[in-house]
Order: sequence, then C-alpha cells, then structure tokens
Amino acid sequence: MNRSNNNSIIAPENLVYEKSKLLKDNVMHYCPGCSHGTVHRMIAEVIEEMGMEDKAMGVSPVGCAVFIYKYINIDFAEAAHGRAPALATAMKRLRPDKLVFTYQGDGDLAAIGTAETIHACNRGENITIIFINNGIYGMTGGQMAPTTLEGMKTSTCPYGRNVALNGYPLKITNLLAELEGTCYVTRQSVHTAAAVKKTKRAIRKAFENSMEGKGTSIVEIVSTCNSGWKMSPVQANQWMVENMIPFYPLGDLKDK
Amino acid sequence: MKGIHLMKGNEAIAHAAIRCGCDGYFGYPITPQSEILETLMEEKPWESTGMVCLQAESEVAAINMVFGGASCGKKVMTSSSSPGVSLKQEGVSYLCGADLPCLIVNIMRGGPGLGTIQPSQSDYFQSTKGGGHGDYHLIVLAPNSVQEMADFVGLGFDLSFKYRIPALILSDGVIGQMMEKLRLPAFKPRATEEEIARDCPWALSGRTGMRPQNIISSLELDPAIMEKRNLERHERYRKVEATEVRYDTFMCDDAEFLIVAFGCAARICQKSVELLREQGIKAGLLRPITLWPFPKKAIEGYCRQVRSILTVELNSGQMVEDVRLAVDGKVPVGHYGRMGGIVPTPEEIVEALKKNS
Repeated sequence: MNRSNNNSIIAPENLVYEKSKLLKDNVMHYCPGCSHGTVHRMIAEVIEEMGMEDKAMGVSPVGCAVFIYKYINIDFAEAAHGRAPALATAMKRLRPDKLVFTYQGDGDLAAIGTAETIHACNRGENITIIFINNGIYGMTGGQMAPTTLEGMKTSTCPYGRNVALNGYPLKITNLLAELEGTCYVTRQSVHTAAAVKKTKRAIRKAFENSMEGKGTSIVEIVSTCNSGWKMSPVQANQWMVENMIPFYPLGDLKDK
Repeated sequence: MKGIHLMKGNEAIAHAAIRCGCDGYFGYPITPQSEILETLMEEKPWESTGMVCLQAESEVAAINMVFGGASCGKKVMTSSSSPGVSLKQEGVSYLCGADLPCLIVNIMRGGPGLGTIQPSQSDYFQSTKGGGHGDYHLIVLAPNSVQEMADFVGLGFDLSFKYRIPALILSDGVIGQMMEKLRLPAFKPRATEEEIARDCPWALSGRTGMRPQNIISSLELDPAIMEKRNLERHERYRKVEATEVRYDTFMCDDAEFLIVAFGCAARICQKSVELLREQGIKAGLLRPITLWPFPKKAIEGYCRQVRSILTVELNSGQMVEDVRLAVDGKVPVGHYGRMGGIVPTPEEIVEALKKNS
C-alpha cells in the first residue's frame, strides 16, 4: 500500500468500515454523547446486512427518537405515545412477509404503553421491540421515568426518586421475559466498542426471530442521556456503568 | 327469498365488512355492539378472504392497530360503543393528523360515563365536531336500517380512501340490536398488493423495488409547513362538503312543518309524519344521512316553505344547533329529545310537533 497517497486509504480493498447506505445524511438532533445515534446506526447496519431494505417497516415512538425516520432510510409509521406495539401488531399481521420493529423509550414502553407492550408480547407478535432505557424522559426535559433509579434526581423528583412517593424502578424486561409469547429477551448497552458489537448481534438475532415467526423479541439497551442526567458524555458512561448496569444487569434474559 | 337475510344491524356490519374486501378488524367487546366482533370470529374470514380479525387488549390498542393497518394502505376498521369510542379519540385524532383512511363504527349508548347500555344519540357532538384534539372532521354516516348498516360499510371505506379522511358509522343500540331483512352487498375481493401500491403510493410496504421512503406521521415542528398541511386537509374537507352531502326526505314536497331527525329517531319520526298527516297536519321529515358534511343547504332551502322545524334526537339537543345554524333564524327551530336510553313513541313526537308549531 502506498501510504503517501491519501486516496489509497479509501480504496475499497483498504476499507474496514463504512457508513450504512441506509443512514441518511441529515444532521442528528441528538445531544453529543446520547446513545440513540449509535443504536440507530446498528439498526441500519443490520437491516442492510440482512438485505431487508425493501422489507423493513419501523414504528417510531413519542420521545427523542420520534424522528428516527429522518435518519434511517426505510418505511416508518409514527405512533402515539406508547402505542407502537399496537401499530406493529397490525402491520405485521397484515404484511407478514415484512420485518416490523418498534423503537421505544422507557416512558413510552414502560409507562404509558405498558398495556400495549405486555399484550403484544403475550400474543407473541412476530415483531422486534428495541427498548432504550436511560431512566429519564429526554425529550420533555428530564422528568422521572418508570425506570429511574431509586435516589436518582430528575426534574420531577428533584430530591431523588423516593420509593415511598414514586414506587420502584420497573424492570419491565424481566417481566416480559416471563411471558410465553416472547422468544428472545436481552439487555445490552452501547457504551464501549465491545458492547456495541454485542448489541448489533442481539438486534440481528431479534430481527431473524421476527422473520422466522418465533414470537416477540425484545432488545433492551441500557443507555445514557447525558443532557437529562446533567453530565458530560464521559461522566454519563461512567455513571451508567456504576449505577444503571448493576440494577439492570446486561445479558440474555431469555433465548428460546 | 333468494339473497334476503334476516339479521341484527351489528351482524350486518360484520358480514358487510367481509364482503366489501376489508383487510382487518380490530375491536374490543362492549355492549351493545359486541355482535360485530362475535360474528366475525364465528365467520372466520381469515380462512376465506384472508381478513385479519383480532380482539385487542383495549379500545386504545384497537384504534392504534387500525392506525398500523391503515399505514399499510389496508382497509381496516374498528367498532365500539360510546365509552369505548371515547377511549379511541386519541387514535382518531392521530389518524386524521396522518391523513389515514379507515372505518370506525359507534353503536351509541347513553352517557355520560358508563351511562346505560340502552340506545342514545348523545355522541353527535363528539362525532361531528371532533372528539379528539385538533382541527379535524370525520365523514359521519348515520344509518337508519339494518340494510344501511350493511351498505355504509362499503360506502364508508370508499369515501375514506377517496379523501384520506377516516369515516365513522354513527349508529345506536336500536339499529345495532334490531333484526330486519336485508340484501348483503356482493362479494368484492380484497385489494391486491399491486392495487394498494397504485392507489395508495403513500402506504408502508417496505421500500418495495427500493422506492423512496414512505413516512406516516402527524408531527411537524415547522409552523409554516404545519399550517400548510392543515390547510390542505381543510381543502379536502371543503370538497367533501361540496360533493358528499347525503340526506333523505319523506313527504316534504308540500310540508308546512319539517322534522329533522337521523338514525333510529328518523325511523320513529316517519311514523309520526304519517300520524300527523292523518290528522290533516302537513308534516314532512328530512333525514340527514351524512351528519358531517351536514345537509345545511337542503335544510335552509325548506325555510321558504315550512312554518317551523322540529329536531328529534335521543339527546338533550345536539344536532339542533347545526339545524339552527343552517336556518339562521328564518323559521323557529325547536327540539324534542329523550335521554337515558328512553326511545320516544311516534305519538309523543306528534304532540311535541303540535306544541312547537
């Protein structure tokens, strides 16, 4: 390889990585350090690698990721808050040959959409649910989520989550793993290169399950919201490792 | 007789849905309309036409399943009764915001709250003025017979897809529960994928043939674009108002007193008109079939002919407001209504008209 030639490093034979063709060039509105962008990239890469560009239909949530369709170039429906699994249920049943997935945050999935989530999983809908758990409402400015840790400060629990007042952080993924309709329930993160790789493998497995008609797959991704947490990106990753992951341990909860 | 069936209004809706090429029904049990879901489950159309039928976990989920199906360009529907329709209003607003076609059926019962399982027409405001948030309208069809229950399923889908506005069949416990003879519509196959791609280029299907991305959304943060989207929708509303008004008249040609009533109230008022005529009182009945668009011009037209107008409704006076707007003070407009599940007799309407005139 001629190192003096700058062009040669982007010659096809020298490329080790490139941006997924399904990622659009729109500037992401996510804060620097946010996990959403990384997870979007994983989804785009998996769909492209599976050759499902012309079969994938996503459902976007209400929350920061509502605009996911501005970044991933596949068909999308935008659901009301919490209702994504209901949309996905009908989309998959009416177009069973398609890859249907939802992308939901903790407020969307584990608070306002609890019923839709549990029942879609219990029916074993052949869909994938990508669940971003950062323990906070990002879009509305950092309010308490069902997954907010005990003692964690948010704008609606400014003195820290008090379980006597607010109840306990909800491990909804554990609950979903108990349901007969789910086939694959896993908890991952994207804070290190190794974690990103594992998450990508999990998304691929979930999508394959959906196409094979095995039931509902859930990929929870323990994530950072450094703006909501009022930390730098580096501090947020550190805080997640020290606080979020011990409460929401990573790994497969179910794989059948 | 060949081709004549005897069934309930609710059952007629279910059979008509299967026959008109409906792709999916998503519902939740509630009296007095559960026969729609029950009939579909008994008929098993997924084995014949491929129609998907699903009992959802809630009314909220059902209307959002409709949103998902409609996003795919499929002919999908839900049905409920008043309290359940209140739960659906969030989804209805989103369907309107995303300009999705679908069919919703409300077999009204008395309210507010749990109210009663007996018939009522007290959801007129909710249906015609918008029950959810935002500036929107539904195309509202008000059947007054089991035959029309069946006929309006296909009509509702056709209008809804033509204008990308959800259609609502607004009926009540009387029409839903009563049995009458009817002719069911002829079988029409479900739309093929090619037909959906041709007629609904906006629909989600995966980017088939790597066509550009389709997005079904009701969100827009740029106010200039958002206003434009609203204006475009209201342009379609004006087209619907100009071309899709439907109503029926009974003995109106020489009428001096006009009754305006819809749905089951109109059925009763037809008898009242006959009784009034027997007594030498020249009464006539105008029955709005579309509650939105409302037959304003037709009603206004009778102001030159009649001495007074009486609306008869199973509520405290809702449609009467639209009649008064149409009449604009030209003739007196009265209202006679019963509530709480009481269905008025033809005779009491006769007395009400005499008092009103």
